[in-house]
Amino acid sequence: MLLISCPYCGVERPEIEFRHAGEAHIARPAEPSKLTDEEWAEYLYMRTNPKGLMAERWRHTHGCGRFFNAIRDTVSDKFVTVYKMGEAKPDLDQLLVEAAQ
Amino acid sequence: MPEKSVYSANADLAPIIATSRVRVAEAAPLIRFSLRGGEAAASHAGTAVGVSLPLEPLTSIATDKVAAFWLGPDEWNLVIQDDDARAMFERVETALADTPHSLVDVSDRNRALIISGRKAAWLLNSQVFLDFDEASFPVGMVTRTLFGKAEIMLWRQAEDTFVIEAWRSFMPYVIELLQEASRELEAA
Repeated sequence: MLLISCPYCGVERPEIEFRHAGEAHIARPAEPSKLTDEEWAEYLYMRTNPKGLMAERWRHTHGCGRFFNAIRDTVSDKFVTVYKMGEAKPDLDQLLVEAAQ
Repeated sequence: MPEKSVYSANADLAPIIATSRVRVAEAAPLIRFSLRGGEAAASHAGTAVGVSLPLEPLTSIATDKVAAFWLGPDEWNLVIQDDDARAMFERVETALADTPHSLVDVSDRNRALIISGRKAAWLLNSQVFLDFDEASFPVGMVTRTLFGKAEIMLWRQAEDTFVIEAWRSFMPYVIELLQEASRELEAA
């Protein structure tokens, strides 16, 4: 069973309590009407899909109900860290170095 | 130390499970409010109902007449024993008049079960995947979680007493799974 820790509850819970909610840190353009179709499509649909560490949104649906961000390794499914909404994205390269130690 | 409890078994109904090691009873009707808002709203609502709402994650405050459960950073479940739900709602709503909030009367949305006895945690563990050791789930802790596929609110009132709240449409599912697990307990 995959355990995910929730930064709001401060506890680890089974994955079944959570829902994945797509890539994190994608800001909605301030003025959508000024964008070209290509730029809008880029915002709407294009995601990084990396092999390795990725910043994702998750929601503790069957718990506190809050969205939070997590850094997950897409290869091993390991959650490297979780952090609250509004907090800065951690330096992924730094995390990789720490994970290797 | 057991917490004080607003929940009492409904004397008009037969217990759902009554064995030597575990007992499950439906709780008598109560007033329930769902409160969403910031800490200011929590403080004003607390004054109106007579307890200070818990701000620490997964904690509760309980007296004989009122219980306040932390469900999220901006969400509380208030359970109150009182004859007049409408007057109580008006009182809390008035106290919150100048604070951004959402207060909803959900008294009829939920039903509650009281699960007690030496094997209460064992019975719950048939469907709830949490560690009920006192160190990780102490008395007074409350959480929303899953019971099988049904979302529940789970509160540990005493070392061997738990209270489950679930939506009333989920309750037959929860009760039948508890009964099934209790048959296994009897057979063991």
